[in-house]
Amino acid sequence: MPSERLTLKYEIDGFDFSAAGSASSDVKKILRKIGVSPETIRRIAIAMYEAEINTVIHAGGGVADVEINPTRVKVIFTDHGPGIEDIEKAMEEGYSTASYEIRQLGFGAGMGLSNIKKYSDNLDIKSKLGEGTVLTFIVNL
Amino acid sequence: MHDTIFHSVTLIHDKCMGCTNCLKQCPTEAIRVRDGKAKIIKERCIDCGMCIKVCPYHAKTAITDDLNKIKDYKYAIALPAPTLYGQFKNNPSIDLILTGLLEIGFDEVFEVARAAELVTESAKKLLKTGQLKKPVISSACPVVARLILMRFPNLIENALPLLSPMEVAAKLAREQAIKKHGLLSEEIGVFFITPCAAKVTCAKAPIGQIDAQIDGCISIKDIYLPLVTAMKNTKEKPLRTSSLKGITWAKNGGESYALNEKRRIAVDGIHNVIKVLEEVEDDQIIDVEFIEASSCTGGCIGGPLTVENNFIAKTKIQCIELPQKQIDDGIDIELESVKYSIPIKYQPISNLDSDMGIALQKMDQIKQIRSDLPGLDCGSCGAPSCLALAEDIVRGFANELSCIFKLKEKIGNLANEMVQLNQIGFGQGNQIKIKGENNESKRTN
Repeated sequence: MPSERLTLKYEIDGFDFSAAGSASSDVKKILRKIGVSPETIRRIAIAMYEAEINTVIHAGGGVADVEINPTRVKVIFTDHGPGIEDIEKAMEEGYSTASYEIRQLGFGAGMGLSNIKKYSDNLDIKSKLGEGTVLTFIVNL
Repeated sequence: MHDTIFHSVTLIHDKCMGCTNCLKQCPTEAIRVRDGKAKIIKERCIDCGMCIKVCPYHAKTAITDDLNKIKDYKYAIALPAPTLYGQFKNNPSIDLILTGLLEIGFDEVFEVARAAELVTESAKKLLKTGQLKKPVISSACPVVARLILMRFPNLIENALPLLSPMEVAAKLAREQAIKKHGLLSEEIGVFFITPCAAKVTCAKAPIGQIDAQIDGCISIKDIYLPLVTAMKNTKEKPLRTSSLKGITWAKNGGESYALNEKRRIAVDGIHNVIKVLEEVEDDQIIDVEFIEASSCTGGCIGGPLTVENNFIAKTKIQCIELPQKQIDDGIDIELESVKYSIPIKYQPISNLDSDMGIALQKMDQIKQIRSDLPGLDCGSCGAPSCLALAEDIVRGFANELSCIFKLKEKIGNLANEMVQLNQIGFGQGNQIKIKGENNESKRTN
């Protein structure tokens, strides 16, 4: 009996802005085919896109693991970047540690984490300075 | 419910060679090649006409009406799309083109360009109310409108809820004819002169209103020759009432130019349109007020039923010169009369299974089958990509041996097994040894 669970894995290239968003767009297509409601798909896609951009900008790349079952979608972003110094502060709207160059590109508005929180039902961030970050969010179906 | 199954785009069975051109270009993966012929999956087709444009054997066409159909009506009205004005050599005046339409049998003309100006005025009023969700996406291109309904349900609220210039023109032309000539509605035949396959579908199954306003669609391709002949043998009459604001709708960017909206995006080409809509859906496009999206390259002038190369047509439209003074035809419309009368609704493509648990299992199977396929996306199996084949296999429409590489592998394995059987002596004394020379003689057969 095959399980009612689908797992997907995406490698996220660091500093490749053109590739950022490809994981969320793939997940979007899959969710559409399994019959998830359009509004829920939108929430997952936006949260994933923000996390992907964060992984590209701040961590120099990482891995996204997506686990889908009929009740929820769980997404885990793992990176070995610099880590987040003050998670609470990082969650604030408008707060960003992005460099001037990154801001010039139109990123680093400080909305990433707050958007992920806004669009997900559960968000958990574990981070250690100098070691990396594991960001997990859940959207219920 | 509308009959959404009617499609203008169709296959000419005998001309189809079963190649992969349309298969690979179709933006909604609505085509499969089965038994050597292309098949259109009606549920997925958005009538963009891409397959008509790319088929080297002219095996794809759009169902349009014959010019003779106008004889079925006591009073026939032509609604020329503004695109028509950019189709001719020697840059004839718009008056001459319109007079030509009367010469070939129409009793009256009503320019869609004129209706486009009225739609622009209504859109300005509606945008001013601030009630529309930003960015507002134009619904004038019927392919884009259909695409939003099927694939971007989150953007339905962004779609401009106004009838297209073609529909507005049809309504006004019919009303005028009834008033002026005391005719019954059924005595009047309203015909759109179309560059576009999707408009033909839309004319039969309108978006945003219940009653179809159009009695027939004649393609620019079909009307071109009789029209050119008629234009040669006639003297122009002052028939034009449109201005450049409406005429410029023929090319991508024209509608947003007429709206005078600065924060606008004008995107053309169906694959580009999909990319932009994806970004809008993911909140990646901000600070934009209006998006004009055209399925065809260059806008309507790039339509599959046109005659002139779209780049040349663009220049021709740009070079049209008209007197500054606007012609007063006394037409004024209420905003309410051009608004959608029924809300547009999400029309999802059927998913893998109505039970999400089973759908997930199927998706897992697709993933496994896909990883086992060569990943060349060559289309030889009849599906546009390896992923699409994997999905077709799980949905029960194909099997793994549709893939020629899988088939080759299987044949190779079988041959090896036979050689092995021979080697272990199974064939001793039975004359079924496989010898090199026998193999070769078989190959030349």
